[in-house]
Amino acid sequence: MLPLVPALLLLLSFFAGPILWTVWASLTNAALTGSAAAHTEFVGTANFQRLLADPAFFNSALLTVVFLVASGVVGQTVLGLVLALLMQNRGAAVRMAVGGVVVGAWVVPEVVAGFVWVAFLEREGTLNGLLEAVGAPTQNWLYTAPLLAVVLANVWKGTAFSMMSYSAGLAEIPTDLKEAARADGAGPVQVVWHVVLPLLRRTVATTLLLVTLQTVQVFTLIYVMTAGGPGDRSMTLPLLMYREALRFGELGYGTTVALALLVIAGSLSALYVRALRPEEVR
Amino acid sequence: MRRSVASPSRAAGSVLVHGVLAVLAAVFLLPLVWMVVAAFDAEPSLRAAPPASLTLDHFSAVLTPETVLVPVANSVLICGGAALVTVAASLLAAYPLSRYTLRFKRPVMYVVLFATGLPITAIMVPVYGLFAQAGLLDSRLSTSLFLATASLPYGIWISKNVLDGIPIELEEAAWVDGASVWQSLRLLVLPLAVPGMAVVGIFTLVLTWGNFFVPFILLNSADRLPAAVKIYAFFDQYGGVRYGELAAYSLLYTLPVVALYLAVSRALSGRFGLGGAMKG
Repeated sequence: MLPLVPALLLLLSFFAGPILWTVWASLTNAALTGSAAAHTEFVGTANFQRLLADPAFFNSALLTVVFLVASGVVGQTVLGLVLALLMQNRGAAVRMAVGGVVVGAWVVPEVVAGFVWVAFLEREGTLNGLLEAVGAPTQNWLYTAPLLAVVLANVWKGTAFSMMSYSAGLAEIPTDLKEAARADGAGPVQVVWHVVLPLLRRTVATTLLLVTLQTVQVFTLIYVMTAGGPGDRSMTLPLLMYREALRFGELGYGTTVALALLVIAGSLSALYVRALRPEEVR
Repeated sequence: MRRSVASPSRAAGSVLVHGVLAVLAAVFLLPLVWMVVAAFDAEPSLRAAPPASLTLDHFSAVLTPETVLVPVANSVLICGGAALVTVAASLLAAYPLSRYTLRFKRPVMYVVLFATGLPITAIMVPVYGLFAQAGLLDSRLSTSLFLATASLPYGIWISKNVLDGIPIELEEAAWVDGASVWQSLRLLVLPLAVPGMAVVGIFTLVLTWGNFFVPFILLNSADRLPAAVKIYAFFDQYGGVRYGELAAYSLLYTLPVVALYLAVSRALSGRFGLGGAMKG
């Protein structure tokens, strides 16, 4: 039992501790500065009532859902699947080149990814340069379409994970099943739809959950690109949490937002454990 | 030549697939091109364009103690420390979980798996609150320990898989031959676990090296910031004027991660597939 102690100690003090503190702090008016900082008081469910009446919270929750669905569920998983399917059975050189570029975007640190996308989408950036070259109208994308901008950047950043995950899943599908379907006269699309996808269901489910967990917590990319703005137009829950707690100094209320995020992520993580349960835990 | 009838359409399909792949690869490459070009371009702008003339000035401009060397040293300290602690603590924790029949093993492994899914972002505000009360803010040591803890769930998970892959019969044979538990651990288990544990360590290093949010929240003295946070101050400060230096800095900061990733990518794509490994 003794070898477990260091890990347990770390997990209890730096992981379980903060989570328990979250529950307590969300019931107080804890603040960074001012009188509430010196005399933290128990305020009961006031933070939760405020949360449920706060239009900024609903705006953020909605933006988080849109960001999640557009960049995680649809963008990363669909593009990842398409890439994995297209790269299947290609030559090693093609796989290396395409896979290398996609994984390259994944390996780049999030801050750098943020800068690179700012440069790409800025008024003077590369995208507008390309649009000018074909005579299309240009705009400051980070201002006119902040949510779309962060969605695109996150798809770019994260697609490699689902691509690799699906590639691994596809490699496990026996080729004779596909051969048999082809011999029965199925076209490539039919083979994918009727043979490959059903066999890939488990991989899709776990990948989708992991991508969702990853996307719901994205902070750095959005913070670097738009900082949640302009206005609140890309203020997802992690950014709202940061702003309320550490910018506005309302630790208690910010913690309540964190708790909401934790509950969402916790439910998703529980689903993930359920999805993996049968084989993985011995 | 079974499918010779279908081969013209197959060839056309292959051309189409290669075309689509080429376009997708180009789209993925495009945003990165700017960083590489601007870092060497004597007159960089925000637009990826063929450079008028090449220069290394941007690199020599940022390669000063204040801008690159100290932050990178901080990163090495914080992230290297986190990786070492993660490897040590998860190997220790994984050993009993792998070798003994413990009544609480299943629940523990479930909790570990559940924790791999919990996002660090969601607990950063409470961690800040707790660290503020405990006087742990602005310390590289506590930042490093927190990063290690955040990596522990997947660290324990992979370590257990690594140890499960080492047959217990080897140890039993050694015990029969008169070796102590400690000797069998040191001489048999440890050497066999080294490749897997190296993956855990390098992976932790890659993830923590790229992590911006944790040190951004927990540290604020300029001389303690790691490269991930320093780069942000850099961007803020120059408000998009010195693109060349920003690009050169980004490149310098990114290269170690890419190198480390390449070092483990073979091992990662093979035996160590896992859940929750990509958080950070």
